[in-house]
Amino acid sequence: MTIEEIQNDIIDEFSMFDDWEERYQYMIDLGKTLPLIDEKYKTEDHIIKGCQSKVWVHANMEDDTINFTADSDAIITKGIIAILIRVFSNQHPKDIIEANTDFIDKIGLKEHLSPTRANGLVSMIKQLKMYAIAYQTQLN
Amino acid sequence: MELKLVLDVQKIRKDFPILNRKVNGKPLIYFDNAATSQTPQQVIDVIVDYYSNYNANIHRGVHALSQEATDAYEQARLKTQAHFNAKHAHEIIFTSGTTHGINLVANGFSSLLKEGDEVLVSALEHHSNIVPWQMLCERTGATLKVIPMNDNGELVLSGFDVLLNENTKLVFVNHISNALGTINPIEYIIEKAHEYGAAVLVDGAQSCPHLKPDVQALDVDFYVCSAHKVCGPTGIGMLYGKQDWLNKLPPYQGGGEMIAEVTFEKTTYADLPHKFEAGTPNVCGGIAFGAAIDYMNAIGFANIAQYEQELLEYATNQLQQIEGVKIYGTAKNKTSVISFNVSDIHPYDIGTILDKMGIAVRTGHHCAQPIMDFYQIPGTIRTSFMFYNTKEEIDVFIASLKKAIMMLS
Repeated sequence: MTIEEIQNDIIDEFSMFDDWEERYQYMIDLGKTLPLIDEKYKTEDHIIKGCQSKVWVHANMEDDTINFTADSDAIITKGIIAILIRVFSNQHPKDIIEANTDFIDKIGLKEHLSPTRANGLVSMIKQLKMYAIAYQTQLN
Repeated sequence: MELKLVLDVQKIRKDFPILNRKVNGKPLIYFDNAATSQTPQQVIDVIVDYYSNYNANIHRGVHALSQEATDAYEQARLKTQAHFNAKHAHEIIFTSGTTHGINLVANGFSSLLKEGDEVLVSALEHHSNIVPWQMLCERTGATLKVIPMNDNGELVLSGFDVLLNENTKLVFVNHISNALGTINPIEYIIEKAHEYGAAVLVDGAQSCPHLKPDVQALDVDFYVCSAHKVCGPTGIGMLYGKQDWLNKLPPYQGGGEMIAEVTFEKTTYADLPHKFEAGTPNVCGGIAFGAAIDYMNAIGFANIAQYEQELLEYATNQLQQIEGVKIYGTAKNKTSVISFNVSDIHPYDIGTILDKMGIAVRTGHHCAQPIMDFYQIPGTIRTSFMFYNTKEEIDVFIASLKKAIMMLS
């Protein structure tokens, strides 16, 4: 599936909910599906700065696509990173770099997009794209 | 449990327009007062009046507006002097806030300290009352030592006694801890420090919303606070310093307003307080600060303290009935701040869900990482009440917290 197709799926899933409670409950449940980072990568090097909770992300490339794993000590943050990883994992670095992330707005999580927001959604997207840029450089 | 009302809270709440707004479709419940307090219409009106009718630069204009603005600004200084019971009006320096006041004093002591001198700071401090002193010690070669705290979040006075010696030159302590709400025994600390000739600076950022400090009775050398915690605007605060100390300290910033005479060879400085108020001050802020002090005094600090203690007891009691709640900071003497966690749920998660329900709390380390390190936690949820909060709001908060816990467990 392309990044856009996955994003559309997520938009469809979230459109079933009437209120914030259901949206957040779903996000919390998504957090439980997060592909967890290997404990050995839970180091300072893998922490995303700018989050009030701790978020660790690791990336590796296989067959020209990137796989992400992550974890967080906060449940909602875990849900947010799970959504991002679902969108960006198993994708070509170039597609990750070029992807837009407007779908966040469409699933009612716009409030998390502010750069000053303590959960650092913006920092997370930036970090995932940084990995993609790094791997793209290797491919070139 | 019924609250014995000492204030007409419903009438008071009408003074605060912001309390009528909704957040995420729910009536705002504002429990982040330790970060900043809300502003009553009486203070907002003063700000509007200033910019509508007499906005001008002060102390040098001969025209009417300048004189009106100067009078109002100096009137605010007199109100502040009276409120804190300073001996002289020129012992009140208007600053941009608590942090500015601390930095002004820390900078001034650069020329008064030398290697071998010791500076004591409490374990309960906000970063703003730690970092400037670390910088001061780096500049001068003095040593920073820490007054320890216990599990209840109280300072260990025997630890303080041990640290005091002839080399102690300065002691810095907050009157009330922002993270835990502990009221520190500053009377004892000041008296003991003075026995060794050390000066004491008290950070009053968290105390001024809840009590009325008498700087002469305390015999404190420096006392600092911010207007925005006492129903005033942001960007203005006060440094009280004893006249002798303020005369000893060099100016902090150079510029207009703080000079007596300037030639390219030499500048002589203005007298207090202008020596420390370089440039055009926050005129409107100063005047509004005065109005905020009037507002708080009209309600009365004895009433405020009694009512807020009742809110504190009520909320503490309700929180303790929720399984998994652990309150940090259980000092006997504390103000209306409750810092807590629930089981192993991250404070950020609870803060986010409460926000969806219109409830503003603070989460995180509260700019007091050493305290969080002491308890070995990443942070807490902090609720802090002011006199305009109600028992009904606490009930909604408790119900909302239970819901958040259910969602997050």
